[in-house]
Amino acid sequence: MMEKKLLLGDEAIALGAIHAGLSGVYAYPGTPSTEITEFIQHHPLAKERGIHSRWCTNEKTAMEAALGMSYAGKRALVCMKHVGMNVCADAFINSAITGVQGGLVVLAADDPSMHSSQNEQDSRFYGKFALLPVFEPSDQQEAYDMMEVAFDYSEAIKEPVLLRVVTRLAHSRAGVMVKEPREQNALHISTDAWVLLPGIARKKYDALIGKQADMIQASHRSPFNRSEYSETVPTVEKTGIVACGIGYNYVKEAIAQLPLEKQACYNIEKVSQYPLSEERIRQLAHESAKILVVEDGQPVVEEAVKGMLGTDYPVTGRLTGTLPRTGELTPDCVAVAMGVDLPAILPVAKNLAARPPQLCQGCGHRDVYAALNKVAADYPDHRIFGDIGCYTLGALPPYKALSSCVDMGASITMAKGAADAGLFPAIAVIGDSTFTHSGMTGLLDAVNDGSNITVIISDNLTTGMTGGQDSAGTNKFEAICIGLGVDPAHVRVVVPLPKNMEEITRTIKEEIEYNGVSVIIPRRECIQTAARHARERKKN
Amino acid sequence: MKKDIILCGVGGQGILSIATIIGEAATLAGIHLKQAEVHGMSQRGGDVQSNLRLSTTTIYSDLIQKGGADMIISMEPMEALRYLPYLAKDGVIVTSNKPFVNIPNYPDEQALFDELNALPNKVIMLDIENVAKEAGSARSANVVLLGMAAKYIEIVSSEALRNAVANIFARKGEAVVEANLKAFDKGANN
Repeated sequence: MMEKKLLLGDEAIALGAIHAGLSGVYAYPGTPSTEITEFIQHHPLAKERGIHSRWCTNEKTAMEAALGMSYAGKRALVCMKHVGMNVCADAFINSAITGVQGGLVVLAADDPSMHSSQNEQDSRFYGKFALLPVFEPSDQQEAYDMMEVAFDYSEAIKEPVLLRVVTRLAHSRAGVMVKEPREQNALHISTDAWVLLPGIARKKYDALIGKQADMIQASHRSPFNRSEYSETVPTVEKTGIVACGIGYNYVKEAIAQLPLEKQACYNIEKVSQYPLSEERIRQLAHESAKILVVEDGQPVVEEAVKGMLGTDYPVTGRLTGTLPRTGELTPDCVAVAMGVDLPAILPVAKNLAARPPQLCQGCGHRDVYAALNKVAADYPDHRIFGDIGCYTLGALPPYKALSSCVDMGASITMAKGAADAGLFPAIAVIGDSTFTHSGMTGLLDAVNDGSNITVIISDNLTTGMTGGQDSAGTNKFEAICIGLGVDPAHVRVVVPLPKNMEEITRTIKEEIEYNGVSVIIPRRECIQTAARHARERKKN
Repeated sequence: MKKDIILCGVGGQGILSIATIIGEAATLAGIHLKQAEVHGMSQRGGDVQSNLRLSTTTIYSDLIQKGGADMIISMEPMEALRYLPYLAKDGVIVTSNKPFVNIPNYPDEQALFDELNALPNKVIMLDIENVAKEAGSARSANVVLLGMAAKYIEIVSSEALRNAVANIFARKGEAVVEANLKAFDKGANN
């Protein structure tokens, strides 16, 4: 029986995976992908079926665990934000060489315009890099439908499949027709050797290369790729549009605003499955006078199309400035690129100020920064290296405390490198979840080198920025630091509250003055999760 | 028929709940809907908005085009101004008139209201927090705002929206439903 549900793109993916017989989702929280795993964690059928859905320590552990589940013959999903692909890249690229047993879908949620990210890298490059097929849904319904197709296809070609979405699809709701769930795979352990010693890896790599032609054929026949050609206008008057992923929606939106005779001046090639079918692109070029490539993210397809058609055929897109080189697509910029007139608009208001995000009132990170700034004032040459999480907001007024924020875990390692160069005091601020994600190995480097750094693990007992998911290291931080070799006398715990300011500042000062690795753990629960937990207790 | 709505405010003011209620009503009425939300970093006391699109025909874009919004529904007066370039020529603004000042450079309040009142568009303002308090449910300011906006939403009837308020709050008990219906009615009758 078909049923219509109002779902976020992320939820459509999650439900699509459950209905496709998923046995495990492996993920680390990251905007805009977080809601996929959360939906599975709370779904009754997922509970009934015992689908694995506990958060992983980072994207690499997630990818590897999913590959293990696939090895045992079951269907596994890995979810992450785009930069998570960098963290799991080693496992991801090599999973194309091992191949899979149970269906394996890797979901990357890209964030063009950097709504909640430090870059706008395009995960489709990873598909090309790993020589794997990529699915890119244009809407919530396709996102749901694609999960089953992607799992089936993964098992058919015995390779992982990358599914790429962008923020606007991940975080947008629409009605989705859903189907009856299918059964999960039974345990069916691979008997193939997944041992990537050079002799085996070379053979497997050849096999992967051998599948490329079939992958292109699959894109060519894909129900998600579609030619919508106009037949009433001569070729010389027609523009061909390669409309990728959600770019297709903006193209349709713009065309709908045109009078009928002008609507006939466009041929559309909808692309939602890669590798790109060269045959279809050539057909489009043949029936159009020029081509416009509309894709959200980086000019992956535009470069490929230019390569296919050569320099004589006019191809426009982000590289030519027809569409903006950076930022997400909007209905406005696509309409302009297509030559559709925009309506007259009201000017930007005069009485308007930016309202940047800020740390919550009462948040423990606030007390940490207040104390740090107080102590640091005595050291004019100090630098505080930041990391990824709510506490990155300590870079903004009123604290303006941070000198860097690069990638998960870089606070500790950058402080170490700067200390190696002679910077003093070199201070790192990292959250609890970020520390277990990618900070522990850097701390071990610092311990082994006897680096003179002060590490603040601002522990709010949760993964705060993404909405309060369980943090892998809760209750283990002192043991982890001491286990890695930090002198127990220099693993200090404080409670970040204004009334403890004297103790906190004294502790920070003492540890800055200690020549070696010290770790200070200001620990107080995130006020958002504390309020949520209080509500839950009241209910029970 | 279509209705494109920008819902806006400051993170934590409850604009997504308004979207959920309208979404419930629209789904029951068989109206097509797309609703783009903002999650993540900007929710922390920053400006937030949601693009809510309702139509009797297929909706393609998740985002509203500039000059295309039929309504701006805002929990905060300056935030209503932020999206002016998205408002259609004959678009309506329904907003709280109570500034939420959490930044040092918040504009002069009188100048802000003068600008809102001087717009060629229909602008409806109300102290929704106060009205919610009068209705006995200080936390229902967003439902008061929805009540104010209800008759302009048109594509979904006021009655359908009122029923959706009851549906959405049903799991929280009879008292919460009553308080929110009262808040909705207070907004609608203002």
